[in-house]
Parts: sequence; structure tokens; C-alpha cells
Amino acid sequence: MKKFILALSAIVVLASATIIQTTRKIPAVDIKTMDGKAFNTGKITNGGKPIIISFWATWCKPCKKELDAINEEYATWKKETGVKLIAISIDDSKSASKVPGDVKAKGWEYEVYIDQNQDFKRAMNVNNVPHTFLVNGKGEIVWQHNSYNEGDEDKLYEAVKKVAKGQKVSEK
Amino acid sequence: MIAKKLPLLLLALSLTTYSFSQDIILADSIAAAKAAAQAAAMADSIAAAEAAAASGAAGATENPAPEPSSGGPQIHGNFQTDVQYYNVDSAIGAFPVPEKMLMNGFANINYSYGAFNAGIRYESYLNALQGFDPKYKGTGIPYRFASYKWEEMEVTIGNFYEQFGSGLILRAYEERGLGYDNALDGFRVKYSPYKGIYFKGLVGKQRSFFSQGPGVVRGFDGELNVMEAFFDSIKKTQIIVGGSFVSKFQSDQDPIYVLPENVGCYGGRINVIHGGFNLYGEYAYKINDPSNDNNFIYKNGEALFVTASIAAKGFAFTLSGKRSDNMSYRSDRTATISSLFINYVPTISKAHTYGLMAFYPYASQPVGEMCFASELQYKVPKGSAIGGKYGMDILLNFSTAYGLDTTRLNPAEDSARIGYTSEFFGMGNKYFEDINIEIQKKFSKKLKATLVLSNQFYNKSVIQKPGYPNIMSSIGVLDITYKIRPDKAIRVELQGMLTKLDESHLDSALQEEPHEDASDWAYALVEYTHGEHWFVAALDQYNMNPDSSFKSIHYPTFTVGYVKNATRITLSYGKQRAGIFCVGGVCRTIPASNGIALTITSSF
Repeated sequence: MKKFILALSAIVVLASATIIQTTRKIPAVDIKTMDGKAFNTGKITNGGKPIIISFWATWCKPCKKELDAINEEYATWKKETGVKLIAISIDDSKSASKVPGDVKAKGWEYEVYIDQNQDFKRAMNVNNVPHTFLVNGKGEIVWQHNSYNEGDEDKLYEAVKKVAKGQKVSEK
Repeated sequence: MIAKKLPLLLLALSLTTYSFSQDIILADSIAAAKAAAQAAAMADSIAAAEAAAASGAAGATENPAPEPSSGGPQIHGNFQTDVQYYNVDSAIGAFPVPEKMLMNGFANINYSYGAFNAGIRYESYLNALQGFDPKYKGTGIPYRFASYKWEEMEVTIGNFYEQFGSGLILRAYEERGLGYDNALDGFRVKYSPYKGIYFKGLVGKQRSFFSQGPGVVRGFDGELNVMEAFFDSIKKTQIIVGGSFVSKFQSDQDPIYVLPENVGCYGGRINVIHGGFNLYGEYAYKINDPSNDNNFIYKNGEALFVTASIAAKGFAFTLSGKRSDNMSYRSDRTATISSLFINYVPTISKAHTYGLMAFYPYASQPVGEMCFASELQYKVPKGSAIGGKYGMDILLNFSTAYGLDTTRLNPAEDSARIGYTSEFFGMGNKYFEDINIEIQKKFSKKLKATLVLSNQFYNKSVIQKPGYPNIMSSIGVLDITYKIRPDKAIRVELQGMLTKLDESHLDSALQEEPHEDASDWAYALVEYTHGEHWFVAALDQYNMNPDSSFKSIHYPTFTVGYVKNATRITLSYGKQRAGIFCVGGVCRTIPASNGIALTITSSF
């Protein structure tokens, strides 16, 4: 009986896999704004323009390097493509109180949320930070990148420009 | 047991998929019609967007929020595997590993369809890497869940992670790098009857390696966002209050003591936010909970955590204080190390990332502690004499931790077995101190540098194990990045640490013994990143021992890494010094090792 159920489930899973969608939308998870309000990630929107979602933490050096590097170009990026960056802090209670301070002191102009219980991190399958996603105007995740090397922001922006024009990003 | 559960889970998963696919087949013609309509609508919206862009109102028109996770069923997940081959190296204390090669691995496989989510995590420890608890042994599916979210309610069955407030009375979480996972397994309901009002209720047992702890955890949490619920027009000020109650049940089979089988813990919190000002305070109280941690005394426990911060453009200041007394709360009173904690007492000292800065890291002391921390951040503006073209970031951080000021009760007069009393505002022995400054400056488009200086005090006898001296260390770090091309950069990290020992609290015999902590350390790292895909790094750590009973040893490591999208592969070869690896104030000790390590991580 056990084997039968196992075989049956395997067949049904495989059969149904053909209708499984390959593009993924932003999952709807409850996180918090910097001023403690509940926010559902299903409501992330940018009026049909591209969205960058970047997972970071106050203790993560490469994350802050990446966000600093983007911040220097952010005004131009916004003007040219209408892109919006959403920074998701995964700091826990040990350091969550430092998030608004980091954002202000760094002068970041991003929309920042705090994912203390890491629900959004899990829903987006993030293993470690920094992890950056690019979402197209339809809310579909079209590109992602783990870790940060100097100059990665230029590659990200190339993808943003393509998405803004409605073109496909070559690497998924 | 897992073999029994897997087919059931797959069946449940496939049944849901099956019913959805039925819908889709039936609705084929409708879908075709819808798709055509959608394409037309899309063309419309593109035209609209183009028109908006042309009129210079880029992104000004807010589209209605998209339906959460609309679209078809999706399978997604991630995985990581760490493989290490061990050489014997008696000079550094790397002992033979019988298996020669060890492996840790996990994969999450999740299924989402609209508001429905389900998933499993497969984990393998064949056998567990050195430094991980050997109770992680074999393979299994210790994590599986299903959840459904309505507009105002969410139900989860199976495993879940949860946190009430800052975690002082309940926090179930995972830290895979440490092998820390105290996930609950049971039922959870979240309910929000009105905007700004949130309730959570849960019942479950906690994960302990590949099994579960003996205790049952019941918890309830309520939160009220006063402004959101009653004064929605006020945006600048937020007041959020919350309260929680948690109770654990574990039967008493102790032959000597009459132990409380139900141990309750309750707490309240308030968060006031006004513009850039943020004040958070939380207090938790626990009834008597005799356990291995407190040597089976019947004293109540309490904890207070307060943090205030103020931030303005280019400036931030944070001040935190924490007092915890007998606040270890686990779902098994005999559990040790980091097993089966129901709560989490946050460490408020800075989590350093530079190697030598984190050589002597502090971790919360479950018995009790009094801690203070403060941090000042300032960005010297662009264009000023010191700031230069790009500005300069300065960060000043101070943290300290003390034991409690306790008075031990005379056992003859302590019939209730309270153990000790403590002064609320008193402080006992010093456990830890860290004062550090970090200056970060970008000199040109190509060159940037960070300088960090730190002075630390570390009471090793308390934080690790008795019989060690106190360690005073001074650490300096210089981190320079030079961009050769826009996507090619070289980074050099130079670090040095000087140590002094204070042995006054040790017996004279122990004082005469040589201590490895007397070592001064040098550390050099060169890292080259080549485009978005490749990086190579060479690291050497060297301890300069003044005492001839310890050898001075080089610890070189070479690493090559490849990154593509969400996939990251690193291969390293070299020597790893014994040390403490911490994430979020929870630490594990890593033994010295010599060998090859491969890590692959990805998500899909």
C-alpha cells in the first residue's frame, strides 16, 4: 500500500509538473515597515516599472557596499528607467534597532522593510545575504544574484534597462 | 518514521496540484479567452505607460496592487551542500577524522499556489562537519509545513518559525550555519480582526536535531498599533503595544524534587516612534523553572530590554540596555548548550565581521547579565574638507557586559531553594567590553578604504569555561579596495591583534601555566574579483607566541569562487584555526582543521 501511494504520488507530481509555472511572482508575506507597521509583500508595486529587491543586514559588509554603490547611481537609474529599490533587512532583535540609523546615516533613498522572523527571506529562498532580485512590471521575478562583487551594480543596471524596455533578461 | 510521512505528504501535495490541474483543463477555453483579453489589456497598459513616460510622469501613476502571488502553481526552493576533506595536522591540533570526508546538506522544496503554501526540507549529515553537534547524524525530513492565508487569517500546520516581540519569551528560528534550529511543530493561527490589531496563537513541540523535545509549548501574542487602529490620519507618530503569554508543559519524573510541570512566562512591550526617534522597551517574567541551567533552583526569572535611537540624514545614535536574570527558558529542563530554547535573549554588543575583531566574541549568558551598548554614526558631508568628494563615514561603538550583583542564600535557610537574590541595578564581575571606531572613506572612483580600531576585554572563564585568564586585546584593521576596471577589483585586508592577560583571579598554579591566549596575531588577506562570476582569495593568519610551549604557526587558506545568478560555488584549501563562529549572538566552537572544503549554494 505504501509503495502504491508513493508511486501514485510520484506520477501525479510529475504529470502536474507540466503545468507548473516557471515565472515566479513576489510571494505575499507579512513584514514590517521601519516604523513598526505591518506590510504585506504582495502589495509591492511600482506602477508597471521594474523593482529591485535586495536582502541585507546591518552586520553584512558586502550588502552595505552594494547598497552604497547603487545609492550613488540611484537618482540616475530612477530617472532613466523608473526603477525602485526595496531593501529588506533580515536583522533580528539584536540589531533591528540599528536599521533606521544605518539607512539615514548612509543617506539611502530606498524603501526599507524589516523581516525579523525571516518569513520573506524563506519565501524567496534566500540562503545568505546579499541576495538581489529583479522584478518586472508584471511583478514577476526575472533575475536574481547572490553575493556582491565590485561592479555588480553595473550588470544589475543593464538588466534593469532591458526589463524597463520590456525585453527579456538573457540569464534567468 | 520519515519514510512513512513522505508518501503522505507527497500525496497531499499532488492531490492539491491534481485538483488545480483539473480546474485548468476544464477552464482551458476560458483561459484562452482570458489570455487574449489579457494580451489586449497588456498592450493597453504598455501604451498607457509609454504615454505616461512621454508626458514625463514616469512611475507617477500607481497601478492597483497586484493580486498576491496570482498565477499558476509554482515549485521553488533552495539548497546548500558543504563537503570537507580533512587532513591530519597535529601542529595545529587537527586530529584524525575517521571518515576523512564529511558533508552537511539541505534542500528546501516548496509549493505555492495562490494563498496556499507547502514545503519540506530534506537534511543530510553524512556525517556532520567538525564543529557541528554530532547529534546531527544521517538524513531525514525534519521540516515540513502547509499554510493557507485568507485576508485576515493565516493557518500553519507542521513546522514553523515564530517570534513574539524581540524574542525575550518566544523565538523559534534557524541559523543554518550554526546548526541552530528550534522550529516548532504543531499548529499556528494568525488573526487580524481589524487593521492595527494582530493576534497569534500557537501550540507545538520543538525540534531537537532529528527528533523533538519532550515539552509542549503553548503561546499567545497580541499586538495593537494604536495609530493605525484609531488615529489613521496621524502618520508621524506611531505607538505600538503588545503582550504575550507562553507556557510549557513537561512532566515531572524527578526522584528528588517536585518540579513545576507547567511553567508560564509573560511579557509586555511598547514601541514609540516619532519621526527619526524610536524607543522600544520589553519586559518578560518567568515563574520558577528549575533546570540544568540554573542548577535546579526555584527562583523566578525576569528580563528587561530597552533600546532608543535617533536618526537624521547623515547621523544616527543608538543606546541599548539589557538586564536578564535566570531567564533561560527551554522546552526540556535538562537540555544543554543551544538545544530547545523557547526564548532568545539578544546580545547587544556589535557583531564584528573582520576575523581578528571577532576572535573573542561575546554571547548572551543564560544565567544572567547586565549589558549596555551605544553606537554613533556620522557621515561627514560630501564637499567638506574632511569629507572630500564622496564624504566619509564614521562609526563609534561601545558595549559592555557585567554579571549580576547576587547574594547566594545559605542553603540551610533556603528551604524554598531560591538559590540567590540579586540587586536590580547592581553589577557584578565584568564579562566583556568593546570600544571601537570605524572610518570608511572613498578617495576616488577607484580607491576606497576602511580603518577599524578596537579595544576589547574578554572574561574567558565566564564566557567559555572556567580556569582561563581575562584577555585584553587591541585590534587594528585596514581594508583597502582598488578597482582596476569597473568590474575587476583587488581588496587587501591587513589585521593585527595584541593581547595582554590578567590572571589575578586564577589560582597561582594556573597563573604559572602558559596560555595560548597570550598570542599576538597577524592576518593578511588578498582578494581579487574578476567580473560578476569569479573571485580568488589568499589568506594567512599567523600567531606570534611569546611562550615556547606553543609554536608560532601560519594558517594559510586559498579560496576560489564562482557565482552565477543565485548559484555560488566556493572551493578552499588550507588551515583553519580553532575558534568561535557566531551568528546573532549564538556561537559554536570550530576545531582546528586542515583540508579542502567545497560549498555549493543555490536557489530555484
